Amino acid sequence: MMNGESRNGPAKPRLATVWLDGCSGCHMSFLDLDDKLVDICLRADLVYSPLVDTKTFPDFVDVTLVEGAVSSQEDLEKIKHIRDHTKFLVALGDCAVTANVPSMRNPFGANAILRRAYIENVTLNPRVPDRVVPPLLNRSSPVHTVVKVDVFVPGCPPSAETIGYVVNELLDGRMPDLSGRTRFGA
Amino acid sequence: MKPAEQVTVLKINGDEVSAHADQTILDVARENGIEIPTLCYLENLTEVGGCRLCLVEIKGAAKLQPACVTRVREGMEVATHSSRLDTYRRKILELIFTERNHICSVCVANGNCDLQDMAAALGMDHVTYPYLNPSVPVDLSHELFGIDQNRCILCTRCVRVCAEIEGAHTWDVRNSGINSRVFTDFNEPWGESQTCTNCGKCVNVCPTGALFKKGKAVGERTRQIDFLPYLKTMREELK
Repeated sequence: MMNGESRNGPAKPRLATVWLDGCSGCHMSFLDLDDKLVDICLRADLVYSPLVDTKTFPDFVDVTLVEGAVSSQEDLEKIKHIRDHTKFLVALGDCAVTANVPSMRNPFGANAILRRAYIENVTLNPRVPDRVVPPLLNRSSPVHTVVKVDVFVPGCPPSAETIGYVVNELLDGRMPDLSGRTRFGA
Repeated sequence: MKPAEQVTVLKINGDEVSAHADQTILDVARENGIEIPTLCYLENLTEVGGCRLCLVEIKGAAKLQPACVTRVREGMEVATHSSRLDTYRRKILELIFTERNHICSVCVANGNCDLQDMAAALGMDHVTYPYLNPSVPVDLSHELFGIDQNRCILCTRCVRVCAEIEGAHTWDVRNSGINSRVFTDFNEPWGESQTCTNCGKCVNVCPTGALFKKGKAVGERTRQIDFLPYLKTMREELK
């Protein structure tokens, strides 16, 4: 389905969610919207998400929620592609906003972390993977340091209520005002 | 009997307020219900003007002045909020976040932290400067307490409460600039300190999760600072 077309009446805004280096907690919090998810699905098409089957990011998306920091080469390529095809990019949660827990490896660098995980703590065939597993970037970074971010939603995770507010405001064509609604570590 | 105190009249944000001549701008502002953000300031400890969040504009002065250490003057005109001040305060706060590793979600002080609250109060929803992610130590050698340099903002509240209220002066700051670190005695592990009295005052005044009681998990660090005015009065009476 292209933007502007729909089988059932006027086109709805297109919503996507992506999961980079995060724990999926922000997606779990999104799911905590429970029955309010139905309202969102009535107002918008969820065109890409870990929660749906589509494997390729669509050409045009109105609102994309990004969970997680940019930690691997794959994350970096994904987020650049997503930015190019998204109108409003939302950094959802502390990992996307600050790099949070993934950034705790930054003082040591990628090699030290890989050595620790795949060699020092392994007894059987210790070896750093060189295929399938995406290469780690030396540092884990907040999303806005690699692409432009339109809305920042701190929180670990942001509450379902906060996420619902952000999504509905954006779908209504307004920029959400998050003052007093969430904070780092919330 | 004290000599008659001189009363000064000044303007804060356009409104006339009266003050004693020896008061600071911060004192007078708070007395009049005007909030100026602070991090290193703690009532009953000596003011040091370290964090610079309380910078204010004074008419006729080219530089911004820290409200916590600037005394009032007759006819002074102070502005505590402006877009210029908002910009500087936000920059200062962002730089504090970049200097160490402040991971709120896994911090012992999560939900009970002046730095975290300040970010929320100033609407700081992300940091525009690069994070430095320094490699800094955690010292758990003390029997009761720990220090995590990842969370230290160098406010020196621990140094001041230890020297001024407890009278031990176990804590101090070494090095300078970005390499500054709080440390105990002659930079020995805290657990080996011969001056530390194990009183825990430093832990109670720490604005972040840098100083904590052992055995506390994420978000469990609480603080008790109502002892300060009593102990300060007792010390003054001894003098």
